[in-house]
Amino acid sequence: MNDCRLQDLAQGVVQRALAAGATDAECTIAEGNEFSANVRMREVESIKEAGSRGAGLRILIGRKTGSSYTSDFSPEGIALLLKSAIELAEVTTEDPHAGLPEPEELGSVAGDLRLYSPDVENLETPVRIETARRAEAAALDADPRIFNSEGASFDSNVGRHVFANSRGFAGQYRTSYCSVSVAPVARDGESMERDYWFTIARGFDALEPPEQVGRIAAQRALRRLNPVKVETQRVPVVFEPGAARTLLGNLFEAVHGTSIYRQESFLAGKLGDKVANENVTVVDDGTLPGLFGAQPFDDEGVPSRRTVVIDRGVLKSYLLNTYAARKLGMKTTGNASRGLAGNAGIGHGNFFVEAGVQSPESIVAGVANGFYVTELMGFGVNIVTGDYSRGAAGLWIRNGELAFAVSEVTIAGNLKDMLLGLEAVGADLEFRGAMAAPTLKIGEMTVGGK
Amino acid sequence: MLFSDSVFASRFNITRHDLEAWLAEALSQGGDYADLFFEYLLTSSISLDESIVKSAAQGVSMGVGVRVIVGERTGYAYSDDLSPEKIRKAARVAACIAAGPAKVDKFDLQEGLRRNLYPVLVAPTETAFAERVDLVKRADRAARAYDSRIFQVQVGYADNLRYVLVASSDGVLSYDRQPLARMSVSALARKDGGAPQAGRAGGGGRVELDYFLTDHPPESFATEAAREAVVMLDAVEAPAGETTVVLGPGWPGILLHEAVGHGLEADFNRKGFSAFSGRIGQKVASELCTVVDDGAIASRRGSLNVDDEGHPTQRNVLIENGVLRGYLQDRLSSSVMKTESTGSGRRESYAHIPMPRMTNTFMLAGESDPADIIRSVPKGIYCVNFGGGQVDITNGNFVFSASESYLIEGGKLTRPIRNATLIGNGPEALKYVSMVGNDMRLDEGVGICGKEGQSVPVGVGIPTIRIDRMTVGGTA
Repeated sequence: MNDCRLQDLAQGVVQRALAAGATDAECTIAEGNEFSANVRMREVESIKEAGSRGAGLRILIGRKTGSSYTSDFSPEGIALLLKSAIELAEVTTEDPHAGLPEPEELGSVAGDLRLYSPDVENLETPVRIETARRAEAAALDADPRIFNSEGASFDSNVGRHVFANSRGFAGQYRTSYCSVSVAPVARDGESMERDYWFTIARGFDALEPPEQVGRIAAQRALRRLNPVKVETQRVPVVFEPGAARTLLGNLFEAVHGTSIYRQESFLAGKLGDKVANENVTVVDDGTLPGLFGAQPFDDEGVPSRRTVVIDRGVLKSYLLNTYAARKLGMKTTGNASRGLAGNAGIGHGNFFVEAGVQSPESIVAGVANGFYVTELMGFGVNIVTGDYSRGAAGLWIRNGELAFAVSEVTIAGNLKDMLLGLEAVGADLEFRGAMAAPTLKIGEMTVGGK
Repeated sequence: MLFSDSVFASRFNITRHDLEAWLAEALSQGGDYADLFFEYLLTSSISLDESIVKSAAQGVSMGVGVRVIVGERTGYAYSDDLSPEKIRKAARVAACIAAGPAKVDKFDLQEGLRRNLYPVLVAPTETAFAERVDLVKRADRAARAYDSRIFQVQVGYADNLRYVLVASSDGVLSYDRQPLARMSVSALARKDGGAPQAGRAGGGGRVELDYFLTDHPPESFATEAAREAVVMLDAVEAPAGETTVVLGPGWPGILLHEAVGHGLEADFNRKGFSAFSGRIGQKVASELCTVVDDGAIASRRGSLNVDDEGHPTQRNVLIENGVLRGYLQDRLSSSVMKTESTGSGRRESYAHIPMPRMTNTFMLAGESDPADIIRSVPKGIYCVNFGGGQVDITNGNFVFSASESYLIEGGKLTRPIRNATLIGNGPEALKYVSMVGNDMRLDEGVGICGKEGQSVPVGVGIPTIRIDRMTVGGTA
C-alpha cells in the first residue's frame, strides 16, 4: 500500500472512532517486510521472506480508555477494531491522568533523519546469502580451533510507521536496516566455546565488511577457550562496550517514568542528586540521523529530542511519555513507545554514555588484579532496590593485561554504588544499536566463584 | 476438533483440496517436505495499577506460514492475508529453497489423534470482559489488604485463544484450539519510609475462567505476591561463592529448564555444539535424578494436543536415574538424526520457523521428607522463588535468579536474603544432587521460554532437592 493510503486509513479510523462516541482516539499502523538468510558450515540453512502489517487503535471516552488491534484490514476487520476498542472503554476505570498530548506538544523533527535506505529493499537474494557466507567463511578459516558454527545470518527489514490522532496529528516515516551476524564455535580439548559478532546499519553500503565481522567473531570465541572459575573476591570490574551497554539498559529501567511514579526505581525522587561518578554523562537523543534510536516523532506524535539524563554525575531528567509526565507533574520528553495494543509505554531514543578520554587499553592497563567482563547472563537485576547479581564471563586482568579466560562466575553489587563507582569511561563509544556505551570500569564488585 | 469444523474451513472457506494444491505449489521446485501452518489468534489483556484499570485491549491476528525442507535446508514464507492468491504466493516463495523438478503430486491428508488435554467449552477469551476485569480488581484489593506496608500493586491478566491447523506433505492434518490464560500480581512493600521491596506471583493454564473463581482465586496470587514483598523487607546480603543450595518445590524447576532442557534440544545436538552433544548413555546427574519433558499433561500451560508441526505431544524421558536418555526432536532434526519426532516442534506464530522446544519439564519425586532435607544442611541457602534464567548451551553454563530465598544455618531457616543469581554448569550441576524430596510440584503456570527470538509458554516442576555445591552470586 502506498504512503497516502495507510495514512488516510489511520485518519479515517480516528474519525470513525469519534463518530462512534470516542472523545479522543489514536491509530497506529505498522507495515514491514522481513528477510532472513542463514548459512551454516558454508551451506544455506534457511531463507525466510515475508511481509506483514497491523493496525492498533486506542480510544478515550472521557477519562476511560480502550484499545484493540488487528491484522485484518478488510472492512469487517476495521469495523471490529472500532467496536472492540469502544466496548473496552466501558470496562476500564476513570483515570484523571489519561489522555492524549496537548495539540501544541505534537509535531515532527524537521529534516531527513536518514532512517531509510532504498538499497536494502533492492538487494538481490544471492547477494544477501553471499554476504552471510563470506562472514561465516572468514570465521571458519580464522583458526583450526574454530571447528563448528551456529551459522551466519543476513537479516533485513523495511518498514513503514503511520500515526494519527484526534488532536490533529498525522505523520509517517519509513525505516530500513540490515545486519550480518556470525556465531562460530571453538574447541580446544574438552573446552568448547561460542561467541558472536555483528554489523548493523540502515543501509547495505554502511555495513562493515563481512570478513571483518567473521574474524572478530572467531577471535571472540577463541579467547574464551579453557576458562577458569576464579576464587570469590572483591576486585575492579571493567565492562567491554557490549557488556557496558547492558548496564545502560539497567539505567534505562531505573529512569523509566512508569518506574518513577510507581516508586519502584532506586532513582525515584533523586532528581538533582549526584547518582553517578562525575565523569559520567548519559544522554537520550532521538534526533541523531541514521542511528537506530532516531525517529521524527514518538508513538504519541510528540517530536523526538535530546534529553540529558545524567549530567556529570547529577540526575537531570527521567524519560517520560504523556501519562507518566502528568503523574509526576512534568512534561513529556517525547519517549512514548507502543506496540499495536494497549497504552503507550516508554522507550528510548539513542541512549548512550558520552565518550570519555581514556583508551580501553589504558583502562585495562590501570588494573593490577581484576575482571574484564565480555558477557553477562540472566535477569538478576532488581530495579526497585538496585541489587545487581548476574552471571558473567570474560577475561582476568593481571598486572594490566588480559591474562586468561574466566567463566561460570557471578558479579554482584548494587547499582547505586556501581554508578557512583564508575571510575573510568572509555573513549571507544560506538553505536551498534539504539543503546551504546564505551568501556566502563567500576572500582569494586564482588566476583562469586569457587 | 475436525478440520471441517475449523474456523479455517468455515470462515475462510479453505478446503482439503486447497491444502493439497498449496502443498503441491510448495514442492513445485522439488523440496523433500512441505507444511502449511495456519493460525488464527484472539488475545485480550487487562492491566491494573494504582487500583485503576488503566488498560484493556483485545485483538485479532491471523496468518499462514509455508515451509519447504530440502536436505537440511529450510525455505519459509508467510502471509497475514488468508486469501488463496497470497497463500499460493507464499508457497512459491518458500519453494525457491529447492531447485529442481517437482517430486510429489498427490497427498493423502489424514486427521490423526483425537484427544483433548484442555476440554475448555468457553475459553476465557470468549467470556464477558467485565468478569475478567473483576478478577483483576479482586487481586488488587487482596494484595492491599494483606499488610499495611503494601503501597503499590500491579495486576496483569492476559488470555488468548489460538486456533492452529497444520497440513503437511507427510499426510499430517491437525487442527487444534488452544486456550490459555494467566494472571500476574506484583506488590511493593515499604517499612517506615525505607527502601521498597517487590514480590511477584501468578498462575494460569489452558483452563476455563472458572479456574480463577474456584481453586486459584485472584486472592491466592495477590497474597502470595504481598507476602514475598513483606518477607523481603528483612532481607540480608546473600552469600558469595560456592555453598549448599536447597531448592523448594515447583517453580525452582526452572533449574532443569536451563541446566539440561535447552542443551537437550535436538537442533543443537544435530549440529554438535551443545555441551550435551554425543553424551546419550552417559551419567550427567546423580542417580536420584529423573527428568522428564511432558507436553501431554491435562490443562497445563506448557501442554499441547499436537505440537506446531501437527505431531501429538508425549512424555519424553530426558535423564533417567542420572543417565542421559534422549533429545527433544522436531521434524527436521529427527529426520536428519534418523529418529522420530518427540512432538517437540514448536513456534511462536505463523511468522516463525518451528524448532525443538520444551513443554512441561520436571524432575520426578524422590523419597526424602522436605523438612529432613533442610535439616541436613549446616550452612547454605534455601530458594523458593525465582525470576528468569538463561543458558549458554555450548559451554553449558546456566544462571537463574532467586527472588525469595533464606539462609540455612544449623539445619534451620534463619533470615531471608536479597536477590542473587545462581550459576552452574549443565552437565555437572545435577551430579551434586544428594537428596530429592517426595513433594514434586509443577509450577503455577506463568513460564515463558525464549529461544532465538521466539517465545512460547512452558511449564516446569521439581520436588525439594539438595544440591551440595553451587555458586551463589551474593555480596556477603
